[in-house]
Amino acid sequence: MTISLSIFIPFLAAIFVPFLYKRIHSRKIGWFILLVPLVLFAALASFIPSIAKGETYTHTFRWIESAGIHFTTYLDGLSLIFSLLITGVGSLVILYSIYYLSERESLGRFYVYLLLFMGAMLGVVFSDNLMVVYVFWELTSISSFLLIAFWYHRKKSRYGAQKSMLITVSGGIAMLAGFIMLHTMTGTYSVREIVAAIGQYTDEPLFFFAMLLILLGAFTKSAQFPFHIWLPDAMEAPTPVSAYLHSATMVKAGIYLVARFTPIFGGEMTWFYIVSSVGIFTLFWGSFNAVKQTDLKALLAYSTISQLGLVMSLFGLGSAALNEGHSANSIIYAQATFAALFHLINHSTFKGALFMVVGILDHELGTRDVRRLGGLMAFMPITFSIALIGSFSMAGLPPFNGFLSKEMFFESLVNVRNLDLFEVGAMGTIFLVVAWLASVFTFVYSMIIVFQTFFGEFQPERIEKPSREAPFGMLVAPSILAIFVVGIFFFPNSIGNYLLRPAMAAVYPTLAGAEGLTPQIVAWHGITSPALLMTIGVIILGAVLYKFYRYWRGIYTIAPLNWNLDAAFNANLILLEKASHFFTRLYMKGYLKDYIVYIFSFFIVVVGGAILYTGSYTFDFSNDAPVTANEYLIVLAMAVAGLSMLFAKSRMSAIILNGVLGYSIAFFFVVFRAPDLALTQAVVETVTTALFLLCFYFLPDWKKERSPIGTKVLNGLIAFAAGTIVTVLALTVQGNKMFESISVYFEDSYQLAGGKNIVNTILGDFRAFDTMLEVVVLFIAGIGVFTLIKLKTRKEGQDFEDQ
Amino acid sequence: METLMTILVGFLVMIAVYLLLSRNLIRVILGTAVLSHAAHLLLMTMGGLKKGSAPLLGENAESYTDALPQALILTAIVISFAVTAFLLVLAYRTYKKTGTDNLQELRGFEDE
Repeated sequence: MTISLSIFIPFLAAIFVPFLYKRIHSRKIGWFILLVPLVLFAALASFIPSIAKGETYTHTFRWIESAGIHFTTYLDGLSLIFSLLITGVGSLVILYSIYYLSERESLGRFYVYLLLFMGAMLGVVFSDNLMVVYVFWELTSISSFLLIAFWYHRKKSRYGAQKSMLITVSGGIAMLAGFIMLHTMTGTYSVREIVAAIGQYTDEPLFFFAMLLILLGAFTKSAQFPFHIWLPDAMEAPTPVSAYLHSATMVKAGIYLVARFTPIFGGEMTWFYIVSSVGIFTLFWGSFNAVKQTDLKALLAYSTISQLGLVMSLFGLGSAALNEGHSANSIIYAQATFAALFHLINHSTFKGALFMVVGILDHELGTRDVRRLGGLMAFMPITFSIALIGSFSMAGLPPFNGFLSKEMFFESLVNVRNLDLFEVGAMGTIFLVVAWLASVFTFVYSMIIVFQTFFGEFQPERIEKPSREAPFGMLVAPSILAIFVVGIFFFPNSIGNYLLRPAMAAVYPTLAGAEGLTPQIVAWHGITSPALLMTIGVIILGAVLYKFYRYWRGIYTIAPLNWNLDAAFNANLILLEKASHFFTRLYMKGYLKDYIVYIFSFFIVVVGGAILYTGSYTFDFSNDAPVTANEYLIVLAMAVAGLSMLFAKSRMSAIILNGVLGYSIAFFFVVFRAPDLALTQAVVETVTTALFLLCFYFLPDWKKERSPIGTKVLNGLIAFAAGTIVTVLALTVQGNKMFESISVYFEDSYQLAGGKNIVNTILGDFRAFDTMLEVVVLFIAGIGVFTLIKLKTRKEGQDFEDQ
Repeated sequence: METLMTILVGFLVMIAVYLLLSRNLIRVILGTAVLSHAAHLLLMTMGGLKKGSAPLLGENAESYTDALPQALILTAIVISFAVTAFLLVLAYRTYKKTGTDNLQELRGFEDE
């Protein structure tokens, strides 16, 4: 119950923000917003002890029974980690943003979006029902869109927002298709039920496609190669947003999805290879490209891509443990997943701190271009310390938490070389080498952040504002994160025991009780441990590469290393727009006549085609009532009147002929025993004719239609076909009575409604709502007529419209 | 009788569609008026014709005509009247504003 509430609290708070903002029109509003994530964080943290004992919590609101969609929340170790990150980092980011954003910004809007995102993200990690997950998933994309475009007057912001929206939402739709396939196979939308049942469906043809489509959703959201291109452009968002959405939480939704689905797809060879190799390549490509960035925020964006790739690849490697027939030694591969979860937490701490540092630089100095920064250590000692801690942790150096998870990453890679599944063979070695190279580049760009910004020559003339330390309030949030970076290094096992152990049980439900699923984290593995040797190698080669960067910079201009996926994306987008414009112009001509032609042609083809195709045109004339001579006469009169309307030379004769039709119908109503109708028809016909005549006073007399003979013939054909089909259809319906008439019911009108006129009781009692809405239609039409005429008088009076 | 009426309905629909396809605004509005006439007749015919006396309980007849289509038609007559009135005023305004009642000339801007 608490969990379901925690999803809705941010949404509720978002509703009240605009009212609050009217009262407190200053940055102080941030303090009230801060309460939301803080309270949620405390509430969720209180679950840590019981979750650590292995308990889980579910709560269900029954919702759409027929479709199997229920609002079920599920709290286990995995969702707990993510929810703590969402609320914890969320609190720090809001604290930071209070000082970061100026009071001239529309703060109310900013916090509404942020709270929307928080609620949606909590919804993603807590929901058990896949349809609900999907809705929240897209809601995070939408709030991300709104936040990236927060400074919507800038063209780049709008471009970045559109790009991220297009990529993540198309991935989301692929994921939805995957979810529906899972439902088709297993008959349920509940993740837990699918996990329990999936074993018997792994051979179904849909299983493979469901896996691919769901991975597509995860990869687009988590910015994996080649979908990573939206993340650097998303950096147009205000820095607190980048720190929150685009490094700590939203981009990890894809990782969450992969973790959540590991019990379903894990152990499959395709899953293992796709997730691991996409992850490893993203890790390499991201870190390689990060080095060449000159904008610190773009550098961090690529570094985030690379780190997400690292976590992703670890989940891929860890999935091997679930392969059946390999349980004895499989525990050792599960440690990759352990490392992934651990690095996930660590990454949020050090990357969040680094983003906030870059935000401080941007805010205080007005630039974040590394070429213009330098020598800032003396001016900004606290910022420098935080940057140092964050970067060294990212580079994998002790005594920071990044070192621990990086070592575990290397160990997992070394272990995979011994995997006797999936014909690993040389692939294991390739993974190892590529990942090691990527770590070298990671080391290089981490050094760039520290040394090029804070050491070297101070260039005051290239900086827009005077350099000084940031205000205290801005430093609090990154300092807390930096304390975590160091603290986790010294007490890693408290995280391991309380957060990671239950999460591992969630990812490996079948191995939950197994010995050694969650290892003790140790910093020192002995001098001969391969992981340590690899780290030392990274430091040596990385230092050399950093020192001589200007000599090898040239490789970024060599194909295929300089390939730019953005250009391809943009070209595609323009092509799509042009093509859709072209096709739309083909049929959206802007002439009323064409649209009417479309409507009736569709009617003719579909209804006429259906009648012909099913061959259901059977007529039965036996029940026909007899026809008298005057009725024949009237029918003839109507036919002649109707036909002459088409050839009427003046509009006056046309309207009189229309009147003939109307009064003839009134006559038929009399014949058909409908006195009320006959009266109404006669009155309405009179008023309508008067209206037409009134209108003619203002309109020009009509000219003869001068359309080409071909058009006339085509119009005639369409008209003839439509009329024929209506006749055939109506005759067919009369010939086949499939249901008993319900009209007998209304003949008790005196008992039921107290009226003897059945038609009146239907209108005034049985279907009174109908009549009420009919009155509403009349009312609307009346308003329309009134406004249209009223506007005219003003125009004549004061030339109002032309102003 | 039913067959005859149905053929008449088809005929009226044909005329209405032809009028709808023309260029003159007034002819289009006349087309909608004729189309609603056709619809009313069709509804009436579908309920069966001359099958009993008028649906008034005071008549003490053995059987009554189907009252439901009559109620529907009553609603439809009033609504089609409202629509016709609105369309006429709209045509009047359009002519005032643009100076033409030819639909071929009434076309939006290129990049709308």
